[in-house]
Formats: sequence, structure tokens, C-alpha cells
Amino acid sequence: MRAWFLHHRLSLAQTAARLAKSPFATALNVIAIGVALALPFGVYCLLANLQALSHKVSLEPQLTVFLARDATKADVAAVESRLKAARGVRAVRFIPREVALTDLGRSGGMNEIIASLPQNPLPDAYVVTLSQSDPVSADKLELEFKSLPRVTHVQADLAWVKRLDALLRLGRTGVAMLAGLLGMALVAVTFNTIRLQILTQRDEIELCRLIGATHAYIRRPFFYLGSLLGLLGGLAALGIVVGALVYLNRDLSAVAQLYGSDLRLSLPTPQEMGVVLAAAAALGWLGAHLSVSRHLLEGER
Amino acid sequence: MAIISLHQVSKRYPGGFEALKAVSFSVEAGEMLFLTGHSGAGKTTLLKLIAAIERANGGTVLVNGLNVSSMRSTAIPYLRRNLGLVFQGQKLLYDRSVFDNVMLPLVVTGQPYREAARRARAALDKVGLLARERANPVTLSGGEQQRLCVARAVVNRPAILLADEPTASLDAAYADEIMEMFSAFNQVGVTVLVATHDQQLIGRYRKRLLMLDHGKLQ
Repeated sequence: MRAWFLHHRLSLAQTAARLAKSPFATALNVIAIGVALALPFGVYCLLANLQALSHKVSLEPQLTVFLARDATKADVAAVESRLKAARGVRAVRFIPREVALTDLGRSGGMNEIIASLPQNPLPDAYVVTLSQSDPVSADKLELEFKSLPRVTHVQADLAWVKRLDALLRLGRTGVAMLAGLLGMALVAVTFNTIRLQILTQRDEIELCRLIGATHAYIRRPFFYLGSLLGLLGGLAALGIVVGALVYLNRDLSAVAQLYGSDLRLSLPTPQEMGVVLAAAAALGWLGAHLSVSRHLLEGER
Repeated sequence: MAIISLHQVSKRYPGGFEALKAVSFSVEAGEMLFLTGHSGAGKTTLLKLIAAIERANGGTVLVNGLNVSSMRSTAIPYLRRNLGLVFQGQKLLYDRSVFDNVMLPLVVTGQPYREAARRARAALDKVGLLARERANPVTLSGGEQQRLCVARAVVNRPAILLADEPTASLDAAYADEIMEMFSAFNQVGVTVLVATHDQQLIGRYRKRLLMLDHGKLQ
């Protein structure tokens, strides 16, 4: 058991030394893997940021309920009580048609046009703030309010959020496909690297077989090599993505300041980074496994 | 007790060449013997069958009581740890020192470093290369390289030493040196089987002789 641990340590040390011995080739491999992983991971991070943004904006989803222009005071009161009683409604604010008209005049600078109108064209309206932001319950309430008597129109402020959500879903599918493809690239890179390593160590492998090395002993360093390459590539990918986000944030903060907001891209969480590193190491191991099975088996009987 | 025993062993290579035909013999533990015959007679093939580098097409090859011809591939490494092999073209590793070359069989079998280093030095001492332990094998002469191969073969204290033309590329003085070493190992109980076509060498040591002729034992 002790010998086994000893050999694992030895294998790892030898593998690391072997990588350090040819720093240029190692660096190129690590960069190739890093770039391949950085692409899907970077897009994933941007999507996560967009999603967070969409949640922040739609945190207070609102429905605007317009009443018929000829609605009486009693009709308005009836609608108000129904709105307040509905489940999932947090606040109801009444905007009388007169107030809406003066607001329009003030904000739109259309005082002259408004003054020339024979009568107020605007209806009474309610702004209903929902307590939940998910599109499904908002849809249900929208339908419910539409069916109330004397209500002519319900305007949901959720449409763009829904569109963004759909786009994000599309984006996530794209990321998954990209990750799958570039994961295969990673496997291919390690497969080839291990193949070359096996070829350069052909004599040593053959000799080890003759002096009683087990298959596991001969394979082990190559598994370490694959996993280590994957891991280093994963670290490179994290460096690329985090670096890019920090760089983008610098420019973004200037833009955000102009718009008076504190918009920032958030960096990946430690868990997400851990997953990337683990996946990279696992893919490297897979590449090594395929290569070792393919290139070492021929000598084993 | 027979430590190596072949019974009706035949070996045919792909393409139909019959390297060995119904070979039977046995070797007692602690014996030293020569295997001779013309080039292409099957000497190397015979040694390879004993070391499980090749598999026989027929018959049984028993080593240490284990049937090598039907051995699982995962068991072969453990068989080889009992064998010391000095084969032609068996390479030294030139990316490490003389000492590390001799250490390799001990590292592969997972010996603790301190004990392994002690045994490696003892083996180098026996072949007269202890002073060169830090050197790269590439700087050694042909005879020294062959001695290094012998040190590597015996460092694991194998019960059986198999040597294929160990003196082929050496001049007479070096060849004698190597054979003296084998003889010394044999005196401490190692079974030694040497394949050679050097009749002078065979004449000098009065040992049992196996003669192969076109794959048949004479």
C-alpha cells in the first residue's frame, strides 16, 4: 500500500517534471485547451450576467389596467376591489384620467395639443404591482383582469422580459453545444499529446514491461499527464475569462456612469470555477485513457 | 526440482515460419546451462517463451511451477520479477544515470527507496561499475554497458537469469568477464540459462548444453 502511494507521488512528480522540461510545447498545449474552454465558459458567464440583469429589472413586474372611458365611479370602485382581492397582487395604484392627462402634458411637452382637445381622451387606469415576477403567474393575472367588467385593456410590462428569457434559453443551448464541441477538442488535444509521449517513451515502456512493471504502473503517468494538461488548460481558461470580465468591467463602468447606473459584470462563483477545473481535468483524463488504450494495448498480451 | 520445464513446445510465427518444433527439456533449480545452435535455430524464441514475451502455439512452458503459455496477461509482470533478463538490443535508458538505470527494476516493483538504493549499489559493485554510478550510460564502453545490463538484470535477486548472446558484441576479455559474473551468480544459487553460439566459451565451462537445430532440440 505504501509502495502504491509512493509510486503515485513519483508518477505525479515525474509527469510535472516532464511537462516542465518542454515548457514551450506544454504552454502551447495549455493555451489550446485554455482557449477551447474559455469560449463556452466566457459565453456562459455573459449569459449568467444577462439573466441576473433581467431578474433585477423585472423584480417588480407591473400590469397596467385601463378602464373604459365611460366607466362610472361605481364601476371604478368595483374594479379596484377586485384588483386588490386578486391573489399575487402586492399594490394597486389608481391613476385618474385627469392626472394622466396633466402628467402627459408635463412629461411629453404636448400642452398645446392637449389644450386644443375637446375632451380628455385618456381613460382611468390602475397600475398593479405583482408580488411574483415569474411570467406564468403574470400571464394568469393578465387574463383574469382582462375579463373584469369595464376593463378594456391590460398592458403587461413583462413582454420584453419574456423575450429576453427565451433568448437566454437559446443562448444556453448554444453554450451547451459549444461546450460539447470544444470539450471534444480538448479530448483530441490530450489524446494526441499522450500519443506523442508514448512514442517518445517507447523504449522505456518496453523495458519496464520486461522487468515486471504492471499495466497500471505503465499507464499511470500518462493518466496524470492527461489530467494535469486538462487542469492547466482549465486554469488558463479561468484566467482568460476572469481577465476578460475584469477588462470589460472597466469599460462598462464608464458607460454605466453615463447612464447613472452601477451596472457590473459579476465574476464566476468559486463553485463554477471548480466545476470548470474538474471538467477540464476529467476530459484530459478521458483523452489520456483513449490514447493509452489505443497505443499501449498493442504491446500487451 | 525442475524450475523450468518445457513439454512438446512449438512456436509458429505468422507467415508460417516454424521457429520451434516439439521442444522438451527441463532445468533444475540452481543449474547453469548453455543453449546453442546456428543463427535462426530458435534460441531467442525459446528464451522469449520462458519470459512470456512470446506465447507458444503448442505444448506447455512451466516456470516456477506456473504455466506461462496459459498465463493471464495481468500475471506476467509478477512472473518477470523472478527473472533476470539480459537480452540483445535491450536498451539502457540514456536520459538517466547508471545508478537510475539499475534502480528501475526496484522502482517498478515498489521497493522503498533506501533499501533499493543499497541494493542498486551492491549490484553495481558486483559488476565493477560503482565508481561510475553518476555517469550517463552513453559514456560507458560496450563492455561496461553490457555489465550494466547484467547489474540491472540481477538487482532484483531473480531466481532465474536468462541471457541471450550476452557476449556477442564484446571482445574476448570482456566476454570472459561477463561469463565469470554469470558463473558467480550461479554459485550463489541462481539458475542461469545462456544462449550463445560462441563455442570457445561453451568449451571453457563444463556445463550442460542444449543444441537447437532448425527449431529442434538435438
